[in-house]
Amino acid sequence: MTELVAYLISGIALGSSFALIGSGFVVVHRVTRVVNFAQGSLAIVGGMASATLLDGRLPHGLGEIAAVLLCGVVGLAVGLLAIGRRGTHPLISLIVTLGASMLISAAVIWLWGQDPVSPPGLSGSVTILGADVQRQRLLVVAATVLAFVALALFFSRSHLGKGLTASASNPFAARMVGIDVRRMGLLAFGLAGILGGLAGVLIAPSVALSFSSDLPLALSGFAAAVFGGLTSPLRTLFGGLSLGVAGQLTAGYLNGSYQTEMALFLMVVIMIVRSSAFVQEEAK
Amino acid sequence: MLHVEDLVVRYGSAVAVDGVSFEVGEGEMVALVGPNGAGKSTLINAISGLVPPHSGTVACEGRIAQVPEGRQMFADMSVEDNLLLGGWSIRNRDLGEVYDLLPDLAGMRKRKAGRLSGGQQQMVAVGRALMGRPDLLAIDELSLGLAPLVVAELAEHLRFLNRERGTAVLLVEQEVTLAFDVCPRALVLEAGRVIAAGPSAELARSETVRKAYFGDLVGAETMVAATAPETSEVSR
Repeated sequence: MTELVAYLISGIALGSSFALIGSGFVVVHRVTRVVNFAQGSLAIVGGMASATLLDGRLPHGLGEIAAVLLCGVVGLAVGLLAIGRRGTHPLISLIVTLGASMLISAAVIWLWGQDPVSPPGLSGSVTILGADVQRQRLLVVAATVLAFVALALFFSRSHLGKGLTASASNPFAARMVGIDVRRMGLLAFGLAGILGGLAGVLIAPSVALSFSSDLPLALSGFAAAVFGGLTSPLRTLFGGLSLGVAGQLTAGYLNGSYQTEMALFLMVVIMIVRSSAFVQEEAK
Repeated sequence: MLHVEDLVVRYGSAVAVDGVSFEVGEGEMVALVGPNGAGKSTLINAISGLVPPHSGTVACEGRIAQVPEGRQMFADMSVEDNLLLGGWSIRNRDLGEVYDLLPDLAGMRKRKAGRLSGGQQQMVAVGRALMGRPDLLAIDELSLGLAPLVVAELAEHLRFLNRERGTAVLLVEQEVTLAFDVCPRALVLEAGRVIAAGPSAELARSETVRKAYFGDLVGAETMVAATAPETSEVSR
């Protein structure tokens, strides 16, 4: 029982970071119809940058925030490459984000080397239902909940958030009322950068990150986003949590190296099960 | 207030609008009629800045807002959000004035726009355009897919707007009897060119226009004669 609780909580923490990365996919896809495959790399930049900034340069809190903001800027730069030129087809933009992901990986190797990096996180642990749980994992869950609440408030209450939603809902009507849909797309890329960076900053103290961690993170985040039909941040949260828990249970009771395969398997199952829903959403 | 001069719009090698020139005065209501594929929607989109012209000029002394063909709602958003987005580019977005002009909208402000009837959506589209405080309201197919009673009600709202606020109206419409009833002046478009222009009552009696577009307009003539102002000569 204690073992199961530990796997569940660590799964929820890991799944939270998948959900953050996945919501980045959703935010960009809703507004631009582009699948941003640089999303995993942004999480790596977040984790690496926070390690450097916290290494005697900035105090906790400030270092993490600076790293997340840096990821927002990198995300914006990816957006400029992907959709900066008017009329770029979403498939071409997708290829550009893959290229951007490779560029970011090269930059990560150049700046931080090839060894895994893990910044200091929240130390200590607490006991929940007999299981020892790292306080950092609880911080990941709390920060993810806060991030999703902030995201929901931003989209439903703020004028800018409504502009983003309108651009996703009906780009023609959005242009007609004077919204610059391309600028909204760039804003979505910046926001996705912040979400990816936040995931990296939160997960890096528990799971050391290297330049090659981007693919498993991107795949898991994408699988979570697919669960949300690439349109719903809330369903993406559920998808990410399910994936994280399934992965941790697989690692705990079967084999740790099957985690990515599990994400891929679940993604395929979700796509088959939800294929009719995708067709309906595309038709809208 | 609106000056369109020798406007040409192309989609690749196809010419959709071919050297169109006309003006709309302050507070004037002008109809733009013609058959399918005549270039009406392209022309109105070019005037609103949604389609770039190949050549020619569009100048307007004031703000233009468009009520698009097919309503184009932000379907998953509330009526109120749809209206607020209509005022995206202006400061001090005030819903009160639009609710005063279109009181029915206040009662449905929390409802999702995508769940409304066609007539209600058209009213939201008009209200959304009004949120931009336009001097010219460019309306693309007011009557499309709507019941005659609903269209009559919307037409009455337009007249009221024009009368009370002095908002000029450019009405693109396939339903010529409606267009001539609402607008005292009209232009007839065919294959991207203006083939006739003048007072609506005169156009309704024009043999060429009647044969080409209106078929048997005995009913329309009666209606136009009752509503349109006295005539002057139809150009071209």
